[in-house]
Amino acid sequence: MDAQLRRGVLDVCVLVAIKNKDSYGYKIIKDLKPVVELSESTLYTILKRLEEGKMLIVRSVEFEGRLRKYYHITQRGLKRIEDFKDEWEELMRVYSFIVEESDL
Amino acid sequence: MRKEEFLRELKRHLAGLPKDDINNRIEFYSEMIEDRMDEGLTEEEAVNELGSVESIVNSIAKDTPFVKLIKEKVTPKREIKGWEILLLVLGFPLWLPLVITGIVLAFVAYLMIWVADFVSLTIEFAFCATSAAGFVAYAAYAINGVNNLVPLGAALMSLGGALMFYWVCVVMTKGTLKISGRILTKIKAAFIRKGSNR
Repeated sequence: MDAQLRRGVLDVCVLVAIKNKDSYGYKIIKDLKPVVELSESTLYTILKRLEEGKMLIVRSVEFEGRLRKYYHITQRGLKRIEDFKDEWEELMRVYSFIVEESDL
Repeated sequence: MRKEEFLRELKRHLAGLPKDDINNRIEFYSEMIEDRMDEGLTEEEAVNELGSVESIVNSIAKDTPFVKLIKEKVTPKREIKGWEILLLVLGFPLWLPLVITGIVLAFVAYLMIWVADFVSLTIEFAFCATSAAGFVAYAAYAINGVNNLVPLGAALMSLGGALMFYWVCVVMTKGTLKISGRILTKIKAAFIRKGSNR
């Protein structure tokens, strides 16, 4: 997959993984495993990018005597997911046009 | 490898990154190891699942823009003292040519990677030109009523050469792009590691 496209898709995957409930690094990797294999350093880069884009906020929460970082989605993050779906709906229309026309 | 050992090793190999970035990453990996251990993995297994320090550095190199690494490299780690500025200004005739030479050398080294492609493109061009000239010559003979097959044969042979060599050019260019991408990642990884012995 094209690097740019992959990046955009992975960003939204991570946003969806924290959408309903705040989550932490290892859980995000585990939750996304059936769909996409993420390495730790890739996830780190994605989380950092999303934080810089204000699509999520980071909270350190005490867990069994140590700190664990939880990621919480913002309004902007939620909007990004919706925008993504809209963009892809449009793209899928173009895709089906291409498939139908080229098979004629 | 134990967790502490792994994190120390990783930290040492990330010395070329901004300080906050290093600490954040170390915290991140530390959390990753602990979460795995909570799931029942042993410390050793948890560390192994993260992959080697080497592969982590390479993957960070791929994700980090070159400009950011250079910026980190040239930003002074502490305040520059007055006499150091004076020294920099006075030493200007010495260090400027050195810097320029360095840049030129790096640029030449990069060009060298493309030399083979340039040569093959030249050969391709020569084939095309010979072929065209052959056809023109044949046409010129034909207009004058002479059916000279020699230039036509040469033209067709060159055309065949051009077609075959086109494939060589494509393969070589693709290879060069791949190699230069890999070299860039290597250089970036070296920048990230840089200072690990400072």
